[in-house]
Formats: sequence, structure tokens, C-alpha cells
Amino acid sequence: MEYFLQLFFAGLTKGSIYALIALGYTMVYGIIQLINFAHGEIYMIGAFTALIAAGVLSVFNLPVVAIFIIVTLVAILYSSAYGYTIEKIAYKPLRNAPRLSALISAIGMSIFLQNYVLLAQTSDFLPFPSLIGQFKFMEPYNHILSSSGLVIIISTFIAMLLLSLYIKFTRMGKAMRATAQDKKMALLLGINVDRVISTTFVVGSALAALGGVLIANHIGQINFYIGFIAGIKAFTAAVLGGIGSVPGAVLGALILGWTESFSTGYISSDYQDVFAFILLVVILIFKPSGILGKKTDQKV
Amino acid sequence: MNTGFKGFLAIIFVLTMSISVFAADTIKLGVAGAHSGDLASYGIPTVRAAQFVVDEYNKNGGIDGKKIELLVEDDECKPEKAVNAATKLMSQGVDAVVGHICSGATKAALSIYLSQMIPVISPSATNPALTQSGNYPNFFRTIAPDDAQARLEVDFAVDELGLKNIAVIHDKGDYGKGLAQFAKKFIEETEGVNVALFEGVTPGALDYSAIVQKIKNSNADGVIFGGYHPEASKIVTQMRKKEMDIPFISDDGVKDETFIKVAGKYAEGVYATGPKDVSSNPLAKEAEKKHMEKYGEHSGAFYLNGYAAAQAILNAIDNADSTDPQKVMQAMRTNYVETPLGKIKFDENGDAIGVGFSVYQVQDGEYVELNY
Repeated sequence: MEYFLQLFFAGLTKGSIYALIALGYTMVYGIIQLINFAHGEIYMIGAFTALIAAGVLSVFNLPVVAIFIIVTLVAILYSSAYGYTIEKIAYKPLRNAPRLSALISAIGMSIFLQNYVLLAQTSDFLPFPSLIGQFKFMEPYNHILSSSGLVIIISTFIAMLLLSLYIKFTRMGKAMRATAQDKKMALLLGINVDRVISTTFVVGSALAALGGVLIANHIGQINFYIGFIAGIKAFTAAVLGGIGSVPGAVLGALILGWTESFSTGYISSDYQDVFAFILLVVILIFKPSGILGKKTDQKV
Repeated sequence: MNTGFKGFLAIIFVLTMSISVFAADTIKLGVAGAHSGDLASYGIPTVRAAQFVVDEYNKNGGIDGKKIELLVEDDECKPEKAVNAATKLMSQGVDAVVGHICSGATKAALSIYLSQMIPVISPSATNPALTQSGNYPNFFRTIAPDDAQARLEVDFAVDELGLKNIAVIHDKGDYGKGLAQFAKKFIEETEGVNVALFEGVTPGALDYSAIVQKIKNSNADGVIFGGYHPEASKIVTQMRKKEMDIPFISDDGVKDETFIKVAGKYAEGVYATGPKDVSSNPLAKEAEKKHMEKYGEHSGAFYLNGYAAAQAILNAIDNADSTDPQKVMQAMRTNYVETPLGKIKFDENGDAIGVGFSVYQVQDGEYVELNY
């Protein structure tokens, strides 16, 4: 039972990070039907910003918790600015171009950002300071979950809660939902669609940056390439849950995290990714739109 | 130019060739390896090392009054070019060969040298089968084979640390998985010791919590990891955060300053095997000095191994008082020679005795060589 719980929480930790990134994919797709392949790089930039900010802050004699909070906020702000700018540079000029053009632009952006960070920083792995102290849980729960894992799960939960409240109750949230439903109609009703799109990118980037800071703190090292693999996994999670659906992205991410964790624990880690993708294929065979995705008629 | 003159030239050409072959008043030492192409940096240091050793011998009057002649052939580490290079060296009447550099090229070339039992000594081909298969009795090397590290890791884990139940983890790569498979084999061959777990992790994955839990659940009392430092530091960090204080033993892919930098305090106490530290050996210092004086830069990969290889083979020819392959090979196996790598001779398989790996441990933020 303890082993099961350990694996359950390991999967939940991983799934939470996937969820934070997957939300950006799914929201952007929901609004402008674009797979933003540069999104994984936002996560990576979030982690790097946090590292640099932590380095600057270490000069002042602040308590570690304060450093963690400031660093996270800085990373979120900075990465959101990146998300906003990427949309303006790479996607907005192509909004009326064929969808493939925007996709290529996204891939180009992703490669550009990777190389930019590679040149500006290094290709080495860089140590990330442990900003969350190692607090102890009560026995026998002590070994089930690490403190940084717990922080990941709680932070993700709070972020999800805030996001759903934001989408449900604010004017902007309403405008987002309207734009996602029918962009042209929303425009006719006087919704500033450009602003909605920008906001979507900003919110998605903020979540990804949060994920970047949390994971860097959890595993203690980052390099310029971490965004690629995490991005692919999160994208898989978004498709699994039904791309375009916010609850779907979270569900897909958690299922993916648990699949990886339990297949490692009970079968073999050699085939962890194989099981994850078998699951994806099986679900897509029976429900091509993803678990919570809505069936829509696509014009081809 | 008329045909007659061409024919005359051809005859002269052939005669000169045959004269230089028959008048064998020199000992011919071949040096083969990658001297051009993307792997040239692995081959060129050996050529330089062999040249230094040969110059030294020639300055002292050669071996038994014969000067030593160096024949250099490039194989770019490509098996097909290695076969050509070997054929060419054989046709020039080479007495022994230092090389080749890459395991694949060495294996291809050996089939050529085998026909005349020419002794071959490689400074860098680490593939275990080259010596252990028994197919190449004329092959020697001054570098420890890949499995020697795994052997050392297992011996250290069992004899020194007293581990009984060892988890073997690898990164699925050629190098890491190869070492891990050897470690598994050696553990299974040892009485009273079990492989608790044998699994590969995906390099670059977000998080290794699940595999860490699995190691814990397997009741392993130690971990042997085959792979490089990024994965090792993630796994160690997550193990230590979960208060798993069991020994972590790894290889020279982890014996790297970056590992300590990245894993920080969690790196403390980690064991890693790596090539023996020879920097205090006077012969190594001298060889390095020669290189610095002549080329104005530090020597490159396998320079000292190449130096030792050239010394070992010429020393054997000297001791055998002959270039007869059987006598030379016998001398390689019976006489010790002082080299920059230490005092070495060769075992039945052709592996150097006295060359190898040491166990290092991270202590206070740096790797310290242990006396094991």
C-alpha cells in the first residue's frame, strides 16, 4: 500500500507539471486552433529566469521562502512577456495565413528560443538552488512524498482553481469562452479578439513558467533543452484529454503522469514512454477527440 | 616521354621498392589510426607519442644496432579504410603496429595482421571482445577494456562496502547499458549477492521519483548506475531527498566536475570509477613536457596510452632480440616495462596488467582517489 501511494504521488507530481504546461497548449488551441510548439520553451525560460533571479537575490539576506516567492513571480512576469511577444511576432502576422504556416512559425520559434538560451547561457546542466526546505512529514508518511513534490501538487492545485475561477467569473474569461466558441461572432459582438488572444498567451505562459520554476526546484538542475521533452509530453497530455478543453488537459496530464509512474513501478521503466504512447493511441482509437474533447465537424 | 623510358622508370621504381624491402636493416613500426576526419584528435596524439619514443630509441642507437622506422597510416576510424591501411603496412613489411584507435577499425584491421601474426598494440580500443574472445592472439592494448570498470565497481561494492542486494540502473545508451550489463553479469556470478533491480531510465525525463521509489521498494542496499552525470545527479538528488542513504556507485561518465557542481551537497559520498590518476608518475610528466616543448600545447586523448604502447612493443622487440612475432609476443607477456601509465606487462588475453581504473569518492566537493 505504501508503495502504491509513493507511485501515486510520484505520478501526481509529474502529472501536475504536465498539466501546467498542457493548459497553455489547450487554451491557445481552443482560441486560435494553433499548436504553439514554442510553449515548451516558455517553460524552460521560466526556469532560467528563476535561476538568474535567485542568483541576484542571493546577494540580499532574505529568507528562503521570500526568495522562492519573488523568484516565482519574476519568472511568471518575464515568461508572460515572452509569450505575449511571441504571439505578436510569430503568430499574429500569420493569423489569416494557412494553419500550416503558423505551425512552421511555431517550430521555428521553438528552435530559435532553444538556441538563444544555449548561446546566452551554456549547454551544460546548471545547478538550481533548493528553495524549499526539506520539511518532515509525520511517520509513516515521511517517505511517501518529498517536500518539493508537495509544493508542486499544492501550487498546481491553487493555480488550477484560480484559472477556472478566472475563466468562469471574469469578463475576460467570458470573452475567452465566447472567442473559443466562435471567433467571428465574438468579433461582431464587440469583443476585442486580439486582446483575448494576447491574454490567452500571457495566462498560458504564466502557468508554464510556474511549472518551470517548480520542477527546477524539485530536481535541482536545468539546461536549455528541458522544454523540448516536457513540451512534447504536455502536448500529448493535451491531446489525450481533448485538445481545446481545459479540464481535459488537466485530466490528460494526470493520466499520463500516473501511467508513466505506475508502469515504471509495476512493470519496467525501460518502457515507460512506450506505455504512455500506447495509452494515447488506444484512447484516440476509441475517442478521436480525446477524453473530454467535444466532437466537432471539421472543414478540411 | 617515350614508352621505353617509361618502362625504364617502372623497372627502377620496382627495383627501388624491392631493395628497400630486402635490405631490412631497420625495424618497422606501423602507427595506424584516425589522423584525419572528425576523430583525428583521437589518433594524432598517438602518432606524436610513437615518434617521441622512436626518436628516443634511435638517439640511443636503435635496437640491436637497427634503427627504427615509423610508418604512419590513416584509417579515419573507418573499418574499410583500416583494412586498406593494414594491407599497406603489411606490404611494407611492418614488424609491429601501434594502433588502431577505434574498436571497430581495430577489429577489421586485425583480421589482416592475423595472417602473419604481426603484433598489434592499441592505445584506445576498449571493446572487451577484442581480447576476451580469444580470436586475436596477436592483439594487446594499453587501455583497460569497458568491462574492467564494471568489474571494479562490483568488486568494490561487494568486497569493500559489503553490499548484498544491488540495484543496477542505466541510461539505455551504448556506454551506460553496456557497463550495466557487465555489472549485472559480475554480480550474478558472485556468490551471495543479488541483482535487486535491472532497469533503464529515459535520459532527459522530467523526474525520476518513480524509479527511485522502485529502487527503495526492491530493498537494494546499493545502486550501480551506468551512464552520464545529468541522469546520475537527478537520481542521486531524488534519492537523498527521500532519505535513501544507500551507496551510489557509478562510472567515468559521472566522474566529472559537472556532476559535483550540479548535484551539490547531494553528491557527497558518491563513488565513481575513473582512469587511474597518473599525473604524479615521473615518466608521464616527462612525456607531457616533451609534448609541450615540441607542440606548445597539452597532449590530447590517449597520448600517454600511445606512449606506453610504443614503449611496450619496442621494449618487447628489444628483449626478444628478434622481430619474430612469436618471440615478441612472448616478451610482451613476460617482461615488465616502465611506462607513463606505470609498470605494466600483458596477460594471456593481451590486456595490460597494471593499467586501469581507480575508485573515487566525492569528499567535500571534490573527487578523491580511494586506495582500493
